[in-house]
Amino acid sequence: MMPTLLVATRKGLFAVQGDGANWNIASHYFAGEPVTQVLADRRDGSWYAALRLGHFGVKLHKSSDQGQSWQEMAAPAFPVKPTEGPWADDPTPWSVDLIWSLAAGGAHERGTLWAGCLPAGLFKSEDGGASWTLNQPLWEEPRRRAWLGGGYDHAGIHSILVDPRDPLHITLGISCGGVWQTRDGGASWSLTASGMKADYLPPENADDGNAQDPHCLVQCAAQPDMLWVQHHCGIYRSTNGGKQWQAIAAPAPSGFGFAVACDPHNPQRAWFVPAQADVCRIPVAGRMVVTRTDDGGASFQVLSEGLPQSQAYHLVYRHGLDVTRDGQTLALASTTGGLWLSADAGLGWQCLSHDLPPVAAVRFTD
Amino acid sequence: MVTVEFAASLRHHVECAPQSVAPGTLRDVLEGALRAAPALAHYVFDDQRAVRKHVAVFVNGQIVPERVHLTQWLGAGDRVLVIQALTGG
Repeated sequence: MMPTLLVATRKGLFAVQGDGANWNIASHYFAGEPVTQVLADRRDGSWYAALRLGHFGVKLHKSSDQGQSWQEMAAPAFPVKPTEGPWADDPTPWSVDLIWSLAAGGAHERGTLWAGCLPAGLFKSEDGGASWTLNQPLWEEPRRRAWLGGGYDHAGIHSILVDPRDPLHITLGISCGGVWQTRDGGASWSLTASGMKADYLPPENADDGNAQDPHCLVQCAAQPDMLWVQHHCGIYRSTNGGKQWQAIAAPAPSGFGFAVACDPHNPQRAWFVPAQADVCRIPVAGRMVVTRTDDGGASFQVLSEGLPQSQAYHLVYRHGLDVTRDGQTLALASTTGGLWLSADAGLGWQCLSHDLPPVAAVRFTD
Repeated sequence: MVTVEFAASLRHHVECAPQSVAPGTLRDVLEGALRAAPALAHYVFDDQRAVRKHVAVFVNGQIVPERVHLTQWLGAGDRVLVIQALTGG
């Protein structure tokens, strides 16, 4: 059975179905509402959609029947802000503005979910989204005070990687707060951004791990010690589970971008979607391309067949690229409403739409 | 009794008929009305139980600018209307 592609957009959630070569938009849920993230839970087949209602806050909906019906669940929410103690003067709002990332817990932790939010609170559910608890150790980490906003006013958690070997080992990407890991299920956290450099800071601060801006963080399922990061200042790779990060030489046409996907089986292969630069967030020369490395970042191919090669101004956000579990089918979607699929690991692309609302995330259901 | 009505833009998400609740502070009155539709509370209040910045509360046709404490006293016959502020696109 072919997977379904879920597309979270500014004006609803779309389900795209296909037979391998031909894909079509089959369903539209939450029409008109901003959907910021989506999760297809492989453990029980549930779909989760995070909404960011302009007036009424963040909401979370769940479907147990592949979108035929949806139930509103509890949304992650901060506890009452203390009126005394070290966090009484916290200038960060204790109110969830955006559910930026959703992840399933370990394969045997049925019902366990993680939500990364803006501001940068990490929440856990152990009952399939019926209730959520703030991870206090990370929220009360003193170095959180130094985290910076990036594209938003406050820092946020956009990447949550649950180690397939050990669900107590979780790696987070925080913009702008570096990479953090726990090996005890969230009881304690370590900053593991060594090797990254932030060229937007004064030179004497560029190595500060706590100020890094990873745009997106992914992990090879077959070799979870291999991680890839599209960082604000380029591409990084780690071969030792994130203990140390190595800068990858910027590939043509650019090392700047937001999205990254890696092959679930081949730790040497990853895909990126370049934009010109942080001060010019459009494809270089109006040509939309995907770059792919098959040798761990030593070299890259520029893939463009089927993508617009003239006067194209699509930007792909950090969750706008995904790959199926076999590593062969990719989906790519932009903030200007373009959606493309590739059936051959990125070599050629088929356009499904030029006309979608701005896309926040694409996720294959299987 | 105090009547509390939620605008259609809110009832679009969570249905709640007009409520009649005992006099008290505006906080008491709103919390009392939301007992009829607990799921609506997260639409009206943020995580800190303050009125969301894009929600507007009117008492007898007068907007209530204060969003946190809601100590205004409401008596029998007062009317509360909860609507969405005009923002978005």
